Amino acid sequence: MRARLDPKGTSERLIALALLVLLVLGPAFFNDYWVNTILTQMFIFGIAAASLIFLSAYGGMTSLAQTALMGISAYLIGNMVTKGGAGGETKGLTLGWDPTLALVLALGITTVIGVIFGLVAARSLGIYFLMLTLTYGVIANYFFGQVTQFGGFSPIAGINQYTPGFIGEIVGHPDKLYYIGLGASLAVYAAIRYLVRTPFGLSLQGVRDDPVRMTSLGYNVPLHRALAFGFASFVAALSGILLVWWDGQIAPGNIGLAATIELLVIAVIGGLARIEGAWLGAFAFIVINNYVRDVELPVIGGSFNTIIGLIFLVIVIFSPDGLMGIWDRLWRSRGRRGGGTPEAASVTRQAAPEASSP
Amino acid sequence: MPLLDIRLLPKLAAAGLVLFAVLYVLVIAEPPPLDGSFGDWRTTTYGSATDDPGSFLLILLDALTFAGLLFIVASGFSLIFGLMRVVNMAHGSFYLLAGYIAYEVQQRMTGLGGFAIAGVDVSTWEWVLPVIIAAAIVAVVGLVVQQFLLSWNQGQDLRQALITIAVSVIVADQVIAHFPRQGVVQVGGGNAVSLTWPGWTERRIDLQVWNVDYSLARLVMLALGVSVGIALWLWLYRTRTGKVIRAGVDDPQMTSALGINIQKTFAIAFVVGAALAALGAAVGTSQGNVASGQDAQWLLNSLVVVIVGGMGSLLGAAAGALLYALVLTFSAAYLPITSDNCCSQYSIVLTFVLIVLVLAFRPQGLFGRAG
Repeated sequence: MRARLDPKGTSERLIALALLVLLVLGPAFFNDYWVNTILTQMFIFGIAAASLIFLSAYGGMTSLAQTALMGISAYLIGNMVTKGGAGGETKGLTLGWDPTLALVLALGITTVIGVIFGLVAARSLGIYFLMLTLTYGVIANYFFGQVTQFGGFSPIAGINQYTPGFIGEIVGHPDKLYYIGLGASLAVYAAIRYLVRTPFGLSLQGVRDDPVRMTSLGYNVPLHRALAFGFASFVAALSGILLVWWDGQIAPGNIGLAATIELLVIAVIGGLARIEGAWLGAFAFIVINNYVRDVELPVIGGSFNTIIGLIFLVIVIFSPDGLMGIWDRLWRSRGRRGGGTPEAASVTRQAAPEASSP
Repeated sequence: MPLLDIRLLPKLAAAGLVLFAVLYVLVIAEPPPLDGSFGDWRTTTYGSATDDPGSFLLILLDALTFAGLLFIVASGFSLIFGLMRVVNMAHGSFYLLAGYIAYEVQQRMTGLGGFAIAGVDVSTWEWVLPVIIAAAIVAVVGLVVQQFLLSWNQGQDLRQALITIAVSVIVADQVIAHFPRQGVVQVGGGNAVSLTWPGWTERRIDLQVWNVDYSLARLVMLALGVSVGIALWLWLYRTRTGKVIRAGVDDPQMTSALGINIQKTFAIAFVVGAALAALGAAVGTSQGNVASGQDAQWLLNSLVVVIVGGMGSLLGAAAGALLYALVLTFSAAYLPITSDNCCSQYSIVLTFVLIVLVLAFRPQGLFGRAG
């Protein structure tokens, strides 16, 4: 296999290398707006979308709770680091803890919450899983809006003034957050690529493909699902922390149904079957968001959401595997080897076991 | 054989939790101290059911009548899923659309404007016709969505769910861009407006126990919920169409093989499901109001009802609506009040607890079928 020529893989590696060089040198020749807003946001939401795509492509679980998990870690760190008192933050618990400790705790607690979410949802499959995780998401949104001790309706602000010592000041140093985002994105990508090759990752894919057989082979199927969900929660928590460092604040509106759907749109535009799609989808979405936001639709009216809804609809109808799916199909139509990573199944095309396929 | 099987522990913990909640409401809760100070963990707004049975009865009636509304909306969601395996994520947006349409029609019929019209100015017909028009329009929207976006990808359930999510985003955004149209200062923007119940419902009925009188409109809401339940049951279990639908739920391939046009049945189910969202919206909008953001609220409500009750089951939708309404209403009324949470509402936590408790023992919901 290794000996055979693989033009698709080779060209992907070359493109990836070129992009990496471009991104590492990025701040030197992109203007500030691109570095601070578009590319940094691309890293943040790319990481969140990667957690969604990981669950979908390798676990067969399409989760709508990732935005909520981002929000939980953002709220945790926001409540832990901000200081109250005169001139301080008025919302949340304002514990004023050490930012490094808060970072570790926020990541850890969100992961534990994710494992608990995962254990509850582990026996619900397919579309039930989607509904249940959407319910988690909406409940988390209402929770932070209604329980005023943790923040309430208006945002906890100024969180990015308190960053761990090993990172230092972020406010006023946008390049620093850019490189943190780039580094975190690379680490998450590498971690996922590594994880799916470990024995755990392989049995997780077995669970995705045939849970009944994996159960009879002696694997603990719900535990695999819950642990995968825990890992994805850790990744989502990471992106939530980057989000508050970038935005400085967190409010229930950041994790509402609209935000949940936006993350799903990012993942679907990129492609639910390949991890790379996460950052591609985030890039496409954020560019559209920044440059199409104020365009007025003729005749029907409506805001940016109508445009995003229409784009989403077109993608789901014509290329359910997103932009990465289009890329894979281009190679397949050239009649060469390749066409989709062998280990990642096309999730959106899978038929429900009991339903008829025409 | 050990005295206690360890696997029974979660069940015992759950039973203990439920027992505690019931005992708390019945005897443990206490009214706030008379001196105006803040109480302890036992302090609630009304005190226990044995202290203040009148308030308890009122809250119980609130829960039952709200369950009627929940059932109307969620039964449409459940019907569509039960037959077509389509999770209609646009159900909340349909609710929003129907609420505003009914409001606009009522405003035009009565020729009066404003956030809401006074009940005395509204006849029964001026409530029923707006509801019928809203239901008809939303049913047509549902039919269009089903025919053009869902009929050709039957069986790809995730893809269909994604399509309905896209539809929900577009519909909700369009509703907010164009409604409300009259009676308010600003056209569009999704401001809160309210439909008005017919005038004769605007009174309170003396229940002859514990000096309780209760809103007739809310009792009408419960009656409508029960009527919808009975009508759906008769339709599904006593007519030929219902038989075909149930056959389609059990085995779509075999049903088509028998020469039945299953696509037509799917379309009927989608139309009825969307119309039920519209009827629920009219009732909910009459009792409260309709505003942007309620699409998420009602999608959550429908999801919780069917996750708890079991997908695609009429009885499940009723049981889910009842349980969810009880939890929401009682937690809002009987959660303890302490000094530092004047504005916090913890009832959303209990919604999550309800889902966890049900799914821990029955992943398919109370009346859902396994698999």
